[in-house]
Amino acid sequence: MNKEMRLVQCVVNGTEVAEYVDVRESLLDMLRNRLGLTSVKKGCEVGECGACTVIVDGETVDSCIYLAVWADGKNIRTLEGLEKDGALTRIQEAFIEEGAIQCGFCTPGFVMSATALLERGETLSREAIRREMSGNLCRCTGYQNIINAVEKVMKEQGNHGEAE
Amino acid sequence: MIGKSITRVDAYDKVTGRAKFTDDLTPRGCLVAKVYHARIGNGIVTSIDTSEAEKVPGVVKVVTFKDVPDHCYPTPGHPWSVELAHQDVADRNILTGRVRYYGDDIAAVVAEDEIAAARALKKIKVEYEEYPVEIHPRKSMYGSNPPIHFDKKDNVLARTNFFIGDVDEGLKKADTVVKGSYRTPIVQHCHIENSISCAYMEKDRIVVVASTQIPHIMRRVIGQALGIPWGRIRVIKPYIGGGFGNKQDVLYEPLNAFLTMQVGGRPVKLEVSREETFCNTRTRHSIEYDLTAGVDKEGLLTAKEMKAYSNQGAYASHGHAIAANGLTAFRLQYACPNIRGEAYTVYTNTPVAGAMRAYGIPQATFANECLMDDIAAKIGMDPLEFRKKNLIHGYYEDAYLKPIAANTNGIFQCLKKGADYIHWEEKRKAYSHQTGDIRRGVGMALFCYKTGVWPISLEIAGARLSLNQDGSMQLSLGATEIGQGADTVFTQMAAQTLHMDVEDIHLETVQDTDVSPFDTGAYGSRQSFVTGTAVKECALLMEKKILDYARKLLPDERRGLSLDHGWIYAGEEKVLTLEQLALESYYSLTDASAITAEVSTQVKKNTLSTGCCFAEVEVDIRLGKIKVLDIINVHDSGILLNPQLARMQVHGGMSMGLGYGLSEQLILDEKTGRPLNGNLLDYKLMTALDTPDLAADFVELEDPEGPYGNKALGEPPAIPGAPAIRNAVLHATGVAFNEIPLTPQRLVEGFKEAGLL
Amino acid sequence: MFDIEKYYHAGTIREAVLLLKEHPDARLICGGTDVLIKIREGKLSGASLVGISSIKEIKGVQKMDSGDIFIGAGTTFSHIEKDPVIRENIPVLGEAVAQVGGPQIRNMGTIGGNICNGAVSADSVPALFCMNAMLRIADGTGGRMVPIHYFYQGPGRVDLHPGDLLTHIVIPGKEYDGYRGHYIKYSMREAMDIATLSCCVYSRTDSRKKVLEDVRITFGVAAPVPFRCTRTEEALKGMEIGGELYEKAETLVREEIDPRNSWRASREFRLQIGGEIAKRALRRTIEGGAGHE
Repeated sequence: MNKEMRLVQCVVNGTEVAEYVDVRESLLDMLRNRLGLTSVKKGCEVGECGACTVIVDGETVDSCIYLAVWADGKNIRTLEGLEKDGALTRIQEAFIEEGAIQCGFCTPGFVMSATALLERGETLSREAIRREMSGNLCRCTGYQNIINAVEKVMKEQGNHGEAE
Repeated sequence: MIGKSITRVDAYDKVTGRAKFTDDLTPRGCLVAKVYHARIGNGIVTSIDTSEAEKVPGVVKVVTFKDVPDHCYPTPGHPWSVELAHQDVADRNILTGRVRYYGDDIAAVVAEDEIAAARALKKIKVEYEEYPVEIHPRKSMYGSNPPIHFDKKDNVLARTNFFIGDVDEGLKKADTVVKGSYRTPIVQHCHIENSISCAYMEKDRIVVVASTQIPHIMRRVIGQALGIPWGRIRVIKPYIGGGFGNKQDVLYEPLNAFLTMQVGGRPVKLEVSREETFCNTRTRHSIEYDLTAGVDKEGLLTAKEMKAYSNQGAYASHGHAIAANGLTAFRLQYACPNIRGEAYTVYTNTPVAGAMRAYGIPQATFANECLMDDIAAKIGMDPLEFRKKNLIHGYYEDAYLKPIAANTNGIFQCLKKGADYIHWEEKRKAYSHQTGDIRRGVGMALFCYKTGVWPISLEIAGARLSLNQDGSMQLSLGATEIGQGADTVFTQMAAQTLHMDVEDIHLETVQDTDVSPFDTGAYGSRQSFVTGTAVKECALLMEKKILDYARKLLPDERRGLSLDHGWIYAGEEKVLTLEQLALESYYSLTDASAITAEVSTQVKKNTLSTGCCFAEVEVDIRLGKIKVLDIINVHDSGILLNPQLARMQVHGGMSMGLGYGLSEQLILDEKTGRPLNGNLLDYKLMTALDTPDLAADFVELEDPEGPYGNKALGEPPAIPGAPAIRNAVLHATGVAFNEIPLTPQRLVEGFKEAGLL
Repeated sequence: MFDIEKYYHAGTIREAVLLLKEHPDARLICGGTDVLIKIREGKLSGASLVGISSIKEIKGVQKMDSGDIFIGAGTTFSHIEKDPVIRENIPVLGEAVAQVGGPQIRNMGTIGGNICNGAVSADSVPALFCMNAMLRIADGTGGRMVPIHYFYQGPGRVDLHPGDLLTHIVIPGKEYDGYRGHYIKYSMREAMDIATLSCCVYSRTDSRKKVLEDVRITFGVAAPVPFRCTRTEEALKGMEIGGELYEKAETLVREEIDPRNSWRASREFRLQIGGEIAKRALRRTIEGGAGHE
């Protein structure tokens, strides 16, 4: 019941972080409230909506049901870490080009899911892309343009790979 | 600029995570509020003990229904009416000891953190006297003792009716009469950002930062709820994570405003959980319909009748306006000499129904478009052919509510595009005599929809333009961006009328009732029509002011001044840059006067948009599963302001329509009215994997009433999907399902009854 | 923030067992996708936790020389799905866990948690029943092996005592060699859902595919615990492959399973679906085909 604090040392968006966290905190709490990374959104707190998706050691997790203390020693990435010197990643650009953004609340989670997927370097069918993006809920877009954006970048990557 | 698919003005901020939503703006050390909800479905609180809760470390304040103002207030996001008879029903207190539904708000805790607040809630002791629970409107309308609200003895919030011609005569003349009972479920908006507010005080004023579609209305309602002058309330609306009508209601913001007053004005965050969003905010009304229609030998409608029973839940919220909107729609679009309608909106012990995308029309359209297919099936006519025979060509207007009219009517073009896309004739034939366990079908449905709320409610919008020193323009509006792209199309409108580049229009996305012009907000597919009219008027006024000022600056009496992309022209000649003019307007030692234009515009117009959905399905009879193979919505929404944004709106609405038809429903416990599936695991919102590819197309007829030839688009896409799918299943299997969603269990039961299993 | 009383970190199996013995009220937590949700719901609020997610010994999949496959209880669903040993030897388990929740949940949730929470809808379990999996449980005194059938004692109740830790799931080599499996998860959504009913069929035919030599049929959500349709299995064994076999499977399964009525689905409905998915799964194990239904 007493607040128990524990030191978490991890890498967040490429920067080493040492932060005392309450053992009761979720990673979502830590990222939002201690590190100010407010792209990480809270939509359900039970891992159903995916708005809080971040990448931990290369894999997507729902940070709302991931204890902050587990972040110790991990490499964590949020949407804030994608831009390099103001330049967007290809998937961020594709979200804009394809009209995959409406209210924008689910967008950070979708971009992180798409990022982890695209970094695997696979070329998947549209159905398989849908499956890989099925851990994020969106009420605005019907997913149409989000899937279009992911498919577009995946095709570009594939073409690139073949060219090399 | 109008008609171009420019990039959303908020796209960059949203795709980088920089866009700030309410929770991103709450100050550190903000207190946390949680609500104590009733654990019974109907009754009164006989005793409440908060003493143990108050002792929980970290608890700052516990308040109960005994502490709040004892007068009632209305919550819906309607413009206020100065006429008593048209004012919204005020039937709610900030907290209550009279429990009207499972989860009603009895007390609240303010604490230093959410765990202290949650632990304190557990220590509140409440005793109740329980009354019987009734969740069905057609039972509740016979009254209860005591009634749910003391001034409505029969629990009927409102009843309205209308008639045109003589329906009984019309039915007598008919060669075929078809009756059907249709039923729609309670569904929830499921915006991904839950309802949230942060309230604090600045001197003696209350500031509420809230996720809302209607900041100016919220200010009024908080003032009414607290019984304090409206000027002492300030509402700030940042980016919001979807609303779909749920945030066209005032939810827990009055409570939060009350709570900050109880803790000396310290900031208090009241964040509604997902479970509370399902149970304690608003839902779409479940409506039960009994329809009757007669047709002659030619297949022409001779008469039709609608009876509607709308489940309001425990509080009035938007109330009868939803069922009444369905009655209005029943009079429109199809030619029929004799029409009668009657609607009841009934209080029950269930979660409160309010506004949701397309405001009663998805319900009414489901019933009506099922009936259209059922008639066609009965008389052996192709359902598209049957509709074409009975639809009105060209202009039509509502018999009762002037000036609601189809000033342009593209339904026939929409039907042609939809039928061509889905290969209607070919597939209707190909799928007509199937026998296997897996069968296919095509179906369709259509609708019409008003643009804005005139003449039922006031339509008013404000706009302000200020010329910056560099010749760019500041645009302030009270209308809200809720994801639909309003900020982007307003920017396009201002750029169009002022002949400027969109990059030079700077729109303030945050509404602040202290600063933003008065506008009633985002609902009724009104903003591009009503606020758009204000933007156009304001831009024309600004242009005039700029040219007037230019005349002062120019040495001679030049004629034919005009403004075009940063230049003042005299005839064909560039005479002055807008930047030079702007600098002079700010800093001239002889004649400085910064140029601003502001309008507040009342719009007394309404125009009908229309459209349709065509769907192809595959039904796995033995597993009770429907797969949507192809689906298209075609809309006549006038001129498209931004075609890409328009398609995005259509996709989202189609997805909502698919969920409505196939999987979404809030299931209530019969005994208590408690939601059994009020969370995102058990409430089956479609995932990316459940959603088929969505096709969208348009017919662009320039609407004479719309400021840029445009009319309603925001809500309509959600309307026709569910009946189109139901009708496709009817085509595939011959089984008519009259209740949505078409869940596997409902299908299996229906197929068994029909002898297919 | 979760209402957690105390959090203890275990770095090894030994530490975990000691912590559990020292704090008998504490709950194990690995992926968190179940325990944290229960804490938030209030069902486990105020609980103390022993975290085992960083124990390396309980992660990964290994095939022994004997042919036995050891699956670490702390292996996540997505790692099982991708694991070459699983793909090569018991692909049905990978296909089953690929249907858990969504991608994020599969990156977090573990097969051990799926088994130990006792949920009858667990996607990994019907396949494990079909394969007669053994559960390796550590208790600080040498531990024990429990057949998965005995592990499930009743609704939500499993054979774990204070201080017990499931470390590995063992698939004996003889239980998968020559068999083909197929898992059908019947749910209301294609993703992010729990099974309304689920069925795993595991079968072996003679080399000419004329006779069904052995068959195992396990249901999730058809009874209070995961359920082997042994009567049906016995009746089908030795039957000739063909329409009659499939019809009989459907009919007998409907007679044998005992699903309940709930607001999620009626018993009648589950019976209809149960017969159908058993038939379809059996057909797939014999005739093959791609993808899941």
